Amino acid sequence: MADHEHHHHHDHDHSELSETELRVRALETILTEKGYVDPAALDELIETYETKVGPRNGARVVAKAWSDPAYRERLLHDATAAIAELGYTGRQGEHIVAVENTPATHNMVVCTLCSCYPWPVLGLPPVWYKSAPYRSRVVKEPRAVLAEFGVTLPQDTAIRVWDSTAEIRYLVIPMRPVGSDDLEEDQLADLVTRDSMIGTGLACPPAEITE
Amino acid sequence: MNGAHDMGGMDGFGPVMPESDEPLFHAAWERRAFALTLAMGRPGGWNIDMSRFARENRAPIDYLSKSYYQLWLAGLETLMAERGLVTADEIDAGRPLHPAKHVSVLSAADVAPMLTRGAPTEREAAVPARFGVGDRVRAKELHPRTHIRLPRYVRGRVGTIELVHGAHVFPDSHAHGGGEQPQWLYTVAFEARELWGDDADPTSRVSVDAWDSYLEPA
Repeated sequence: MADHEHHHHHDHDHSELSETELRVRALETILTEKGYVDPAALDELIETYETKVGPRNGARVVAKAWSDPAYRERLLHDATAAIAELGYTGRQGEHIVAVENTPATHNMVVCTLCSCYPWPVLGLPPVWYKSAPYRSRVVKEPRAVLAEFGVTLPQDTAIRVWDSTAEIRYLVIPMRPVGSDDLEEDQLADLVTRDSMIGTGLACPPAEITE
Repeated sequence: MNGAHDMGGMDGFGPVMPESDEPLFHAAWERRAFALTLAMGRPGGWNIDMSRFARENRAPIDYLSKSYYQLWLAGLETLMAERGLVTADEIDAGRPLHPAKHVSVLSAADVAPMLTRGAPTEREAAVPARFGVGDRVRAKELHPRTHIRLPRYVRGRVGTIELVHGAHVFPDSHAHGGGEQPQWLYTVAFEARELWGDDADPTSRVSVDAWDSYLEPA
């Protein structure tokens, strides 16, 4: 996209957002005055997703799978139950399947129809995950999409894309980075990025964390 | 419904643009729209399939010109209008014009239990599974004007059953008040070449989760 087009698009979005902002305010007023919503419940919902639910939860799951073989087995056998052991359950994570990256297979997750995403372990999805470019292309040209994230895999690594068209949510277990053998579970969790659990990234090498 | 939301395989949207240090919400209104949508689930009484259909069932140009949370907002307005909870004239006026309905309201104390519980969709199966892991199946050519969760890019294509998930609520009926009508749900893996032709990456595969009635033996 040329620069001027990008700026034009941005301005256009900006003016629409103001209109939207007014509409949301009007709606909130109406819903509150009609007694359909409790403002304290709205605050609680926002607080929950801004401070309690996010990719750190998923990182703990992955770090435990890397350091505890019995947990890894439970996670691969019944991810919903294994993730619930760590206290992460509920909305948009009612049925979770964990898929493990290996030197032979790299997994990626998308929802081409909407933007289904495993909220209890990753939080709310980033804009690119919900965007038309990602949703349209990852099923057709996953290697090209990976390259846009700076990830180049060997040509003989098979790529498996999981399109979450039902209520099953997928969590990618990235490969444990080389040089992480001596790290404790907490330190391992620092290597697990959000993108590595979607499959658009890899876990960080320890050298990039411990400067 | 063959709508603009069914994007798998469509060309022309350009590159993926990751944003470094992306905020959880990009504007204050997104935070409110998110919370309002979640909070209205209880008084509204709709289910997730109704919500999805309300967001997706709009003209392609409208769907594609709205951001993610604008679609949530539009879906919410549709669902509320259909039930007479909030009507278009009220939103235009910015204040209530009609009496409120008696509904069950989500309290702050209910939020954590609601989120923790979620809405599991697995149900007891009334019949044995028709397919097992390794079976070859063809995704049917289905083009209803109503809600469906079988993406267009797999219709007519042959794949292999990879996972069997038990019986799950059927979105096609659930979205339109037809009840849960649970069916067996499978993960079906398709070779990229089966979906996209000989030029596709021979090492790549794509899977979708498909209900029993979307599939036939191949």
